[in-house]
Amino acid sequence: MSDDYEPQSAVAKWIDKRLPIITLFSGHLMQFPTPKNLNYWWTFGGILTFCLITQIITGLVLAMHYIADANLAFASVEHIMRDVNYGWLLRYIHANGASMFFIAVYLHMARSLFYGSYKEPRELIWIIGVFIFLLMIATAFMGYVLPWGQMSFWGATVITNLFSAIPFFGEAITNWLWGDYSVSGALLTRFFTLHYLMPFLIFGLVILHIWALHVPGNNNPEGIDVVKGQDTVPFHPHYVVKDVLALVVFMIVFAGFVFFSPNILGHSDNYIQANPLQTPEHIVPEWYFLPFYAILRAIPDKLGGVIAMVSAIAILAFIPWLDSSKVRSCKYRPLYRQFYWLLIADFILLGYLGSQSATGIYLILGRLATLYYFLHFILVMPLIGFIEKPKPLPKSISEPVLSKEEQLAKSGQTA
Amino acid sequence: MKRINIFALMITFLFTTSFAFAEGEMHAPMEPDWSFQGPLGKFDRAELQRGFQVYTEVCASCHSMDLVSYRNLVQEGGPEFSEKQAKAMAAMFEVEAGPDADGEMFMRPAILSDKFVSPWKNEQEGRISNGGAYPPDLSVMVKARSGGADYVYSLLLGYEDEAPEGVTLDDGVYYNIYAKNQKIAMPQVIYEDGVEYTDGTMATEVQMAKDVTAFLAWSAEPKLEERKRIGFKVLVYLIILSFLLYFTNKRIWRDTSH
Repeated sequence: MSDDYEPQSAVAKWIDKRLPIITLFSGHLMQFPTPKNLNYWWTFGGILTFCLITQIITGLVLAMHYIADANLAFASVEHIMRDVNYGWLLRYIHANGASMFFIAVYLHMARSLFYGSYKEPRELIWIIGVFIFLLMIATAFMGYVLPWGQMSFWGATVITNLFSAIPFFGEAITNWLWGDYSVSGALLTRFFTLHYLMPFLIFGLVILHIWALHVPGNNNPEGIDVVKGQDTVPFHPHYVVKDVLALVVFMIVFAGFVFFSPNILGHSDNYIQANPLQTPEHIVPEWYFLPFYAILRAIPDKLGGVIAMVSAIAILAFIPWLDSSKVRSCKYRPLYRQFYWLLIADFILLGYLGSQSATGIYLILGRLATLYYFLHFILVMPLIGFIEKPKPLPKSISEPVLSKEEQLAKSGQTA
Repeated sequence: MKRINIFALMITFLFTTSFAFAEGEMHAPMEPDWSFQGPLGKFDRAELQRGFQVYTEVCASCHSMDLVSYRNLVQEGGPEFSEKQAKAMAAMFEVEAGPDADGEMFMRPAILSDKFVSPWKNEQEGRISNGGAYPPDLSVMVKARSGGADYVYSLLLGYEDEAPEGVTLDDGVYYNIYAKNQKIAMPQVIYEDGVEYTDGTMATEVQMAKDVTAFLAWSAEPKLEERKRIGFKVLVYLIILSFLLYFTNKRIWRDTSH
């Protein structure tokens, strides 16, 4: 950073001398040298920050009107929808925002997997990311319980019951979680408390995530290190504007859901108030949990299913060491790239199977898809690094760019 | 006993999950044209007003609408009755109020700020009057059923006088082709000329079912018109902004080979 920020005004100088916060923001949000070849898959970091802040702000206002009481929760949500100024807008943004958050996080993770962003020296960024994902799952699940509809209640019943699979202490732990002998208002109140707390924990982890990112700097589509200043551009305005452009396109999709089909991602049963005496015919989790739900059901044993589901997330944290290849980007990994797309297809298939009844062919497919999910990480990833002959890497980020231009120039000459 | 229930639940959860309509036990509902469907759809005021009449004269003898107030009938985007009309409609019902200065509860006519008065004192009374099946609250019914307005409309019209051969119906159970397993505890309530519309519209079965379903769609989503109106502006704004950003971005990256 040759053009380091120097405070100009007297006030800025006074503040910055005592707390160099202006220098910090200037260095990390303005001048930060960023590889110049990042594509649009790199815009999801900014989009996710937007999602988190949107959820926190809308959630804060919703919490001013929501009542975490088993007898009042459902009506208080409808009060928000009917009587609070723009309450319907806040709630629909918050509910659909959860789905948009997960769409963005899945794409963000898929990008990281494709371009090897989890590899040395960025392992910790990835691992912090896995913890953020885990907290997101917990937060989203608890949030879905709060309207106290039928799916809220029975989803909470099923998921909290998974803890009873723990040997010896299962029942005690489950009762402790419930604060009762069944799912009741006691659980609703503590879920509300935790649902309010967790986004701030996520926020803290996001700061660590970005801090850890700003030590080595961004990975890039070539997956090679930055070698000279020519390879980078300052974050502002190049990536600020590019990120905002992607964000606005993302917001168009978001607004499409919020304003024109706000309930399409939810389940109609959640507009029926929770009734402990009436089990819904089908208890389905939110769409973003379906792949993990399919893994849970693929194992014919309750404890085994729970272990498989938890492992499916936990295994992600070990990817930096499971992948034996030194080459980061799949652009230069002809063999692994095919398995990468197989994994993506496998995950989508699991999501579909999670929405179907686990019988017959669906159950068999579910088991095969679960098997591949784990094999991919514990077998395919370590082995391919040894077998595969990667394509030659460019010498620098600027090199493939220049050669492309040269090609253009050449083709211009021949034409 | 509790353990068994939870176990049974787990089994249900693990092995039977799928979306409704998936198992062929229900007929796909009819799909009439709704004025409020589509990105620019709005409610038809006259239809909502007729629908309110059908609700009041037919449905309301068994079904409550706890989440809707009489004042909502006046609000923009709804049936938009005049305040005078809505006050008169509210005043036809009595609600318990109090306690007064002597500590006594008393009855007074309902006013605009009151919720729709329920036909039952409590759920138990509703149950015992209906053979044990409590008629569900209709406030958000259209959003609480897969299939939405199409389903509610079809269900109202799906009754057949006689069950096909081989189907036995218990007492208090009726045959309806759009109900789950074609069985439902609600009898047919929509009959031709079941109401006399104040606006002179012919009260055919189809007309009544459509009107009351539109009314229920409004009660489930009273801010639908405002939502679509704002949504349209938001989309226009975002799309224009995205074009501006696209060209800004292009300009900024103009001198960088990448």
